[in-house]
Amino acid sequence: MKLSIIIDNFNSASSVDLVTQHNKQQAQRKAAMAVLAHAEAGEIAARLRTIALPGHQDLREPENGLVMLRGRVGGDGAPFNLGEATVSRAAVRLVSGEVGFGYTLGRDGEKARLIALCDALVQSSDFGEAVERDVIGPLRDQLMMRRNQAAAETAATKVDFYTMVRGEG
Amino acid sequence: MYVAVKGGERAIENAHRLLANARRGDQSVPEVTLDQISEQLGLAVDRVMSEGSLNDRELAALAIKQARGDLIEAIFLVRAFRATLPRFGTSEPVDTGAMRVQRRVSATFKDIPGGQILGPTFDYTHRLLDPTLGQGFVPEVPATAEASTAPTPRVTDILGRDGLIESSPQSEDGASVGDLTREPLNFPADRDLRLQNLARGDEGFLLAMGYSTQRGYGRNHPFVGEIRFGEVEVEFSAEDVGFAVPLGSIELTECQMVNQFKGSATEAPCFTRGYGLAFGQSERKTMSMALVDRALRARELGEEAVAPAQDEEFVMSHSDNVQATGFVEHLKLPHYVDFQSELGLLRKLRKEFAEANAPEAMKEAAE
Repeated sequence: MKLSIIIDNFNSASSVDLVTQHNKQQAQRKAAMAVLAHAEAGEIAARLRTIALPGHQDLREPENGLVMLRGRVGGDGAPFNLGEATVSRAAVRLVSGEVGFGYTLGRDGEKARLIALCDALVQSSDFGEAVERDVIGPLRDQLMMRRNQAAAETAATKVDFYTMVRGEG
Repeated sequence: MYVAVKGGERAIENAHRLLANARRGDQSVPEVTLDQISEQLGLAVDRVMSEGSLNDRELAALAIKQARGDLIEAIFLVRAFRATLPRFGTSEPVDTGAMRVQRRVSATFKDIPGGQILGPTFDYTHRLLDPTLGQGFVPEVPATAEASTAPTPRVTDILGRDGLIESSPQSEDGASVGDLTREPLNFPADRDLRLQNLARGDEGFLLAMGYSTQRGYGRNHPFVGEIRFGEVEVEFSAEDVGFAVPLGSIELTECQMVNQFKGSATEAPCFTRGYGLAFGQSERKTMSMALVDRALRARELGEEAVAPAQDEEFVMSHSDNVQATGFVEHLKLPHYVDFQSELGLLRKLRKEFAEANAPEAMKEAAE
């Protein structure tokens, strides 16, 4: 199935505005996905329950597969195939027409479906704000807290092997 | 003959039942859960993911449980599983420079921007068995300190700015990347295929090969430029979505080995490099990989290839423990027909030998 983004308001905006708007929305969607991919399906579902959701249907049933992960020679050189990872994906369409996609590492199809639903909501003019405020925002805060805690624990193990002068300490 | 086959089937079935019981062990002891394996035997899980060539902690933990802790058997199970799923595509190459580092050390530079970070390491432990771990041990809460927001560039990137170290080989955008899971291996193999092979290669084999280079079989004077371990984000260019989709993050270990320099009439001398990258926290693996990667560049760098670690056909054909164990372990499966024909031939040869070496008197008597 070939799916694409539909932009149907060509007459209402200049093409430059459309491109800017499109890029802005793409950045928003990507930022939302980056948070959702780190959350558990249960957490996303619990947050979504606080929103009166519009009607929606599965455009693509959750499906598990593999993605070959690539690294780069020396970290910054030519790419090479490192090994695969399991990935789950799904697509959801709102009754208002927005199509959302969900991709996540792992084999949790329900999580992929919930990400797809959020992605569709992010694009919706009626629900975009609510999903950011009630779902993605709180999950982002949680993620940042976890990361900050891990960073603080890591920072405590920072050393300088060479600052000691003989006779000191 | 048919009866024997039926008997074999029953015996096999019963053997598998017995295996299931042996796997479970004493049933008065609580059963180990996948979460326990994943959380408390994390480095075994990392190894199974790396050599099974499949990043999925839960599956690797299941494989370890099913294999009764036999990691090569677990790797075999994971490899077999990956053949059951379709491949959606390939990820964007991960950016290890943007890693959220949990550990990062350099043996060559004392003052690296972002600092040296020990993280969770066995280094500097005394390797004394700790009996308290056997008695319901609760660790102290980790210490914390203010985290720096300074970037942690790769050490090789810093050295590279002064031209002291060779830069990484680049490829053109859209150039094909070799994949040994899709095409049979041919020699000579390029570095992309070599690194893919080493990344899924057996840690023990690579360790021995890397060690051999240090002992003089393909010596190349290695230093650890940097080892880093932490989380990197993975993105996948999904055609249907139209942009690179974040998939979440994976843990990786990267080793940058800095090796003896090389120059020519047209190029100023500079350090050369070997590279190691693996899933999870796999330092021994990535260090060994980097040593062997460098040794395998002998041809490219105009070095005389005289040692096993410099022979890509030797290394790449024997690094895979699933292939290796398959060929070694198949020897225990029934070879009766093969063996019967060998036995027949041997009997014939022995008879001929006996006849040829019989004492003259006996020969005469026989005649």
